[in-house]
Amino acid sequence: MAEMISPKERMKREQVSMPEQNPKERACNFKEVPLGYTREQAIYEAQRCLQCKNAKCITGCPAEINIPQFIKKIVEEDFPAAYNEILKTDALPAITGRVCPQEEQCQVFCVLEKQGKPIAIGRLERFVADWARNNNIHGKISRIERKAKSIGIVGSGPAGLTCAADLAKLGYEVTIFEALHLLGGVLVYGIPEFRLPKAIVKYEVDEIKKLGVKIVTDYVVGATKSVDELAKEFDALFLANGAGAPRFMNIPGENLNDVYSANEFLTRSNLMKAYAFPEYDTPIKIGKRAATIGAGNVAMDSARTALRLGAEKSYIIYRRSRKEVPARSEEVHHAEEEGIIFNFLTLPIKVLGDDKGNVVGMECIKMELGEPDESGRRRPIPIKGSEFTIEVDLVIDAIGTSANPILARSATGVDTNKWGYFIAEDKTGATTKEGIFAGGDIVRGSATVISAVGDGKIAARAIDKFLSSGKSLKN
Amino acid sequence: MYKIVKKEKLNDIIYSMWIEAPEVASSVQPGQFIILMISERGERVPLTVADFDRKKGLIRIVFQVVGKTSEELSTLKENDQLFSFIGPLGKKTEIENYGKVITIGGGTGIACIHPITRALKEAGNEVISIIGARNKDLIIMEEEIKKASTELIVTTDDGSYGRKGFVTQALKELLDEDPTIKKVWTIGPPIMMKVTCNTTKPYAVDTIVSLNSIMVDGTGMCGSCRVSIGGETKFVCSDGPEFDGQLVDWEEFSNRLTRYKGMENESWDKYKNHQHKCKCGRRKN
Repeated sequence: MAEMISPKERMKREQVSMPEQNPKERACNFKEVPLGYTREQAIYEAQRCLQCKNAKCITGCPAEINIPQFIKKIVEEDFPAAYNEILKTDALPAITGRVCPQEEQCQVFCVLEKQGKPIAIGRLERFVADWARNNNIHGKISRIERKAKSIGIVGSGPAGLTCAADLAKLGYEVTIFEALHLLGGVLVYGIPEFRLPKAIVKYEVDEIKKLGVKIVTDYVVGATKSVDELAKEFDALFLANGAGAPRFMNIPGENLNDVYSANEFLTRSNLMKAYAFPEYDTPIKIGKRAATIGAGNVAMDSARTALRLGAEKSYIIYRRSRKEVPARSEEVHHAEEEGIIFNFLTLPIKVLGDDKGNVVGMECIKMELGEPDESGRRRPIPIKGSEFTIEVDLVIDAIGTSANPILARSATGVDTNKWGYFIAEDKTGATTKEGIFAGGDIVRGSATVISAVGDGKIAARAIDKFLSSGKSLKN
Repeated sequence: MYKIVKKEKLNDIIYSMWIEAPEVASSVQPGQFIILMISERGERVPLTVADFDRKKGLIRIVFQVVGKTSEELSTLKENDQLFSFIGPLGKKTEIENYGKVITIGGGTGIACIHPITRALKEAGNEVISIIGARNKDLIIMEEEIKKASTELIVTTDDGSYGRKGFVTQALKELLDEDPTIKKVWTIGPPIMMKVTCNTTKPYAVDTIVSLNSIMVDGTGMCGSCRVSIGGETKFVCSDGPEFDGQLVDWEEFSNRLTRYKGMENESWDKYKNHQHKCKCGRRKN
């Protein structure tokens, strides 16, 4: 057991940085970028935690992890206990430890944040989950009384998986319906291997299966069966099918052969493993000069994927300035290190093609920032006469998603808002139809993995309350 | 896993398979499609449903060997299993009693037009079917189409069977003879569907085409299958696969079908070389 160091000593220490693959090397491979803490690094970092009595960090965690407690177990070198502490509320620790924006969630509330060196909670969470996986340590499954009530969950992304795990732990019969052939939703089709290795997703999904969750893949709710039909078979439903449909800019040339939505580009590479073509059968365009439109996390993932596939130049084209970039600063930093070229204050106005429909360039216009718009960010305005052409042969639209209508079409009485997202109560996930709950991106639009995890937890609690009161969709 | 219950070789390049997929079979409607994967390393292939048996829980697919995946699929035997099989996807054909209608199938499109033809006839329509291919050997499912329709016309480009010429020539004659024809469905190679639309245009007869775009998920998530319909971008998988043929941007549609030509050829060549196991030197790697 490592020693508890004095508060004075704790304050003196700097945050332990995470070892990473060298940028030049990693720009040519799909292996994970951050390498994770060593045991010694994790303990050293964990020792910095002040173990606040009234720990504010917990309030910033949608997964409700008792953060000081698991960190304390790291200091005590009782890693299995640390793992079980996290698992009590978060069924996907190796995933959330990697992809959560901790700097905006738990770490913001850390007392040490004021000194600019908050505890690296995410890195510690990741360490614990990786240690358990690598040492074949599994979560304790306590004996639970089986309840004769069943819940159908649509979608196996972070919201669906979390809700399934929480309900299974309460003893309910849970069935997850997944449209694709693999489980994980955005964790497998959206987030690239170099940020979230798919073997890790599979491992944590398998752990959830061990709780007795039934899985049905290749099942498109809304097509194979309607929500209305499922509502007759289950006592409650949780709809968490994700945001779904890609958005395009609606500019000329956008249907040329080499223009992708980020969803298509990333799904080909991540889910279908097109980066390993022809070992895997799904092809993908290898651009020499790739332009990704947008500057969110998905745009960073797309531009970095294009680079790894072999692009000589990979651009980010963003109509606002660096200050407004919505991606995590860590992702932007990683992208810049790898040589992604950022073109700020630039708006594409036309994609140019040859007679075979292949992309040869993109016409853009320079922008300047005007007064703030409804989002509070300064509105970008085109500068007259500043049009220019950029030579590219691959364009990826990463400007967001909208609601996929397939599921909602088949759900009578479950209301959507004007954008097609389900209307659900914040504190319960309850939709306008009693017994049907919803969460994740199909409620929020494009949000984060951790907010989906939080929605899954909230819905699980509300579903338990609904069923415990004797109600059911079948009544 | 989804079992291949029955396999038939319809000619040198076209195969038919009945796949065990009870959930899909229970809800499939004419005009819809499925997506299959042979293995975890495979690609997702959309195929329009050629027939279904709700009672036995079976879906029939018909495919032509055009590349690596279709060739690999053709080597599978009865009782082999497919890794993934999802559906039914896309919107169903708008079946009503229109009166007198024509359904046209070319190549494997003959299989796709089959359930639509049958449903139209069952709905009370007088259905004239025209099926065509390059030559006699490539005509498939003649008996089934004959049974599903009121009248059947077969054409071959070389005149080796039925009438000599293209399906569109037979179509034009019908349109000239009978002004009461209300609607035409045509499924086949893009060029055939385009020429069909050109043929019906002067007669102002509604012409529905079924598009076979390149897809990934097939549920509206990726936009790989997008196509311009009357100047508006639509997804074949979730808005289609059937559209008003007069509104389709055929050049864009055809171009987008060639997106991966080079890689598809590379993959097929590698597969063929790999299959060739003797030591004559044809196998490169």
